[in-house]
Amino acid sequence: MGTVFTKPVRTSIFFRRTLEEIEQIGVDSIWIVSIVSVFMGAVLTLQVAINFEAPYIPQYLIGLSARDTMILEFSSTIICLILAGKVGSNIASEIGTMRITEQIDALEIMGVNSANYLILPKVIAALVTFPLLNILSIFLGILGGYLVSYLTGVVAVYDYVYGLHYVFVPFYVTYSLIKICVFSVIITSVSSFQGYFTVGGALEVGKSSTKAVVYSIILILLFNLILTQLLLT
Amino acid sequence: MIEVVNISKSFNGQKVLKDISAVFEPGKIGMVIGKSGSGKTVLLKTIIGLHTPELGEILFDKREFTRGGIKFKRQIRQEIGMVFQGGALFTSSTVEDNIKFPLELFTNMSKLEMQKRVDFCLDRVNLHNANHSFPAEISGGMQKRVSIARAIALNPKYLFCDEPNSGLDPQTAILIDRLIKEITIEYNTTTIVNTHDMNSVMEVGDTIYFIHEGQRWWKGGREDIFNSDNKELNEFVFASDLYKKIKAAN
Repeated sequence: MGTVFTKPVRTSIFFRRTLEEIEQIGVDSIWIVSIVSVFMGAVLTLQVAINFEAPYIPQYLIGLSARDTMILEFSSTIICLILAGKVGSNIASEIGTMRITEQIDALEIMGVNSANYLILPKVIAALVTFPLLNILSIFLGILGGYLVSYLTGVVAVYDYVYGLHYVFVPFYVTYSLIKICVFSVIITSVSSFQGYFTVGGALEVGKSSTKAVVYSIILILLFNLILTQLLLT
Repeated sequence: MIEVVNISKSFNGQKVLKDISAVFEPGKIGMVIGKSGSGKTVLLKTIIGLHTPELGEILFDKREFTRGGIKFKRQIRQEIGMVFQGGALFTSSTVEDNIKFPLELFTNMSKLEMQKRVDFCLDRVNLHNANHSFPAEISGGMQKRVSIARAIALNPKYLFCDEPNSGLDPQTAILIDRLIKEITIEYNTTTIVNTHDMNSVMEVGDTIYFIHEGQRWWKGGREDIFNSDNKELNEFVFASDLYKKIKAAN
């Protein structure tokens, strides 16, 4: 890890590499995050509405629960579990392939700190883009719920919107952003580690990719528990 | 000049290199030959510091490389050009960007100067009209040329080639061998070539080291090979009927 977090040889090249990674890790993930978020928000609203049939439960709680569930859990944890699959496997297979085709050795022999050159831009890119994806996911999840309430009438649009405004706790957004920042470092560093230390051939690259996803998911779930205990209780 | 002094290396308790010493001189091609699994690649990777030997030392122009810190090693490595067996080109970059890479990192050249240097290197390896192709779009021989072009981009003092003509047809292989020879003489580089191709050895080898079971078994010039009475060397060199006939004719 020490070799990753050192000063890059050329700042301009590091900046360019980071922009490329922002595109690959962040921008290319917008569509999957958008689709998942809209459907999650829609289904969440439907399920809560179905379970809140009792007349003494205010309907605006459907909007409130959709909002808080998206902010607290879905847009950070669930989105990161999905990104662990998409981004994590991509990073591990990219670096793993570079390892088995001697591209990393080539970097080292040129006198380049390969871990720093390859991994640090990915960590920075994830740290920059994942919180933005988190905000996008919250917005689209709530929009998905709104569309469902508008199209199906399972809850009145007025009640849903009232619920969105009701007892809003701004710290929940901060909590969600803190979580996704931690998860972004977990996904990129675990996946990079698995790829960087790949030994063998194409089969081993596949194994590294699988390990990267599995270990990232386990660590995300573990840190989700730890951070929730630390920040919300 | 590169001096390898009594180096030993083990993996999982098994000795792969046993007390190997060698001297590689500037302007000459030192060839390391031996069967697959004899320890050639481990020797090469140990010399360039990808493996650390348990015993012995490696000197680059009297500068002790083995025990140096990572910064010192990176400094020396900027004087090294390496041609890998598989080319090791960056697959997501074009031919031009592959050669530009070390220039962008380690020089203060302007874009124009860099372009001139790239064109010069590609011209030097007789590769034209491939600047914007990706490595996957060009042939194996062309990939080797790009790899050589990248290796010479920074005018290296030391050039390492690991099986530079493996997987190439005989004509292209000879062209690559001659190119390495020309570059070695032209830039006075200390060149080390790992190979098990006897055609290469006879074409361009100046000093030949035969590695057998991790040991330096034999050393000599290419002409000496035919007169050697070393049993293991003879078994390796004269494995083919063609070379048996050549030896008989001599």
